[in-house]
Amino acid sequence: MRGERWVPYVLILPSLLFLALFFVSPLIEAVLLALRSPVGQWTLANLQRMANDLFFPEALRNTLLLAAVVVPIQVVLALSMGLLLGGLPKGGRDTFLYIWTIPLGISDLAAGIAWFAIFTERGYLNSFLNAVGVLDTPALWLAYDNPLGLFLAVVFAEVWRATAIVLVILVSGLQLIPKEFGEAAEVFGATPWQRFRRVTLPLLRPSLQTALMLRTVLAFEVFAVVFTLAGRNLPVLAGEAYTWYASFRNPGLAASYGLVILGLSAAMTVVYLRVLRVRREVRL
Amino acid sequence: MRRQRVWALVAALAVSLWVLLPIYLIAASAFSEQQAVYDWPKSLWPSPLSVDTLRFFFSVEGVWKATRNSLVVAGLTVLLSALLGTPAGYALARYAFRGQAAYRMLILMTRAFPLVILSIPLAQQFIRFGMYDTTLAVALVHTALALPFSVLISASVFLGIPKELEEAAWTLGCSPLQAFRRIVVPLALPGLAAAAVFSFVTSWNEVFAASILTLRERTLTAYLLSVLGEAPLPFRFAGGFFLVVPALIFLFLIRRYLFSMWGIASR
Repeated sequence: MRGERWVPYVLILPSLLFLALFFVSPLIEAVLLALRSPVGQWTLANLQRMANDLFFPEALRNTLLLAAVVVPIQVVLALSMGLLLGGLPKGGRDTFLYIWTIPLGISDLAAGIAWFAIFTERGYLNSFLNAVGVLDTPALWLAYDNPLGLFLAVVFAEVWRATAIVLVILVSGLQLIPKEFGEAAEVFGATPWQRFRRVTLPLLRPSLQTALMLRTVLAFEVFAVVFTLAGRNLPVLAGEAYTWYASFRNPGLAASYGLVILGLSAAMTVVYLRVLRVRREVRL
Repeated sequence: MRRQRVWALVAALAVSLWVLLPIYLIAASAFSEQQAVYDWPKSLWPSPLSVDTLRFFFSVEGVWKATRNSLVVAGLTVLLSALLGTPAGYALARYAFRGQAAYRMLILMTRAFPLVILSIPLAQQFIRFGMYDTTLAVALVHTALALPFSVLISASVFLGIPKELEEAAWTLGCSPLQAFRRIVVPLALPGLAAAAVFSFVTSWNEVFAASILTLRERTLTAYLLSVLGEAPLPFRFAGGFFLVVPALIFLFLIRRYLFSMWGIASR
């Protein structure tokens, strides 16, 4: 029975059909939505209107800036956490890893609400600052005219919420590195920093590449965290797409924003593939 | 050496505190009295402990309906992604066929595909087919989101079950389907159940597509997002807490499989 060559194809067929229907077809449709008028003519009007929209430059800038700030912080943090795990006793390691991956199961909406409870005027941050004597009256971190405060609040919330995504990938990669390499380096007199830079980091390249690609693409889609903390006071691409579809009933413009997100994601993926190209010998 | 270990432990505890604190805080807010929301400065421990806020949350019209919709959508997502993903995982695990690498690549690529670009045209299609604003529509999109994980996780589960067991069953007279049902399925069940929980949590937590695709039949996440601006603070906190609890409970139940699952899903 195992010799039947058609069996695997039959098994994967349903999933293939489903993915064709729900990935490939919508992708084409999205391009059509953005590049056609409501009556079906080919037009750049949607893209032009988006580019001239009051919020487009801000949304683009905020999305890019958020990604540029959050992703590196998370990579460094996740790397540190992963290395930290290595120095812990075996039993503790599993427990800590479980705790540290809890944010993965938390909706970005819930994460936004939780951090809103912290940053809101009568929230926990102000209460803490008051308790240690730094503040007398509450500071308005999330005021609509405090873009820096809003931005930083989102950064904190995003770093908290999504570092676990990077952590999981990096820890998987760290586990694949044979201990003997580091031990050999130690025998030859390498300091821990040298061991990290010359042994661990290069061998971690494939995982770093995966983690960066995944996290960056997700970062360009940031939505619910921004909405809960800042509403529309901090425009981001996904938020604008949502608003144009749900509030202003303009699918063409919403699809245009979606295409911008897709374009950015594709571009960054190519960049990562180039810059972090993994030589064949390094693959484990 | 001992000193290093102690510092490592302290650092690990600090990180754990950082992870757990916001969750504790939202729980504390949810279990405080409604007026406590406006207290300043806030105390870390809710006093008095009260289910007033939660009770208020559930008394609001639309909350139970939204919760029910979220459960239906998540249930459908589990069903669909299991039905579509498990056979594909079995194929990847047990067979070496031409196009396998390409299929695997396709699965991985869909993982990194922005949901934003998919939801909008799909919403238009659903309108065209009269399926807009239904739980089925949301479940279909969520299945698209969860399917790659379902395929990869079940492939890994089946890889962990030695082929020899099935082959032994064949030599003893079982048909392949019987062998699958009586040997493989019981062994694979814990791993597949973990994959099901993963799909459930993915669907339960999803916000963007659910918000785009629903109007009156909102899921919990879509509902909470839509009332964010106007809802009073206690309501929001209770909502956030309630969103978090089922996911955390389920993930705790499958904690043994968690790390391998996250790792597989992110490779």
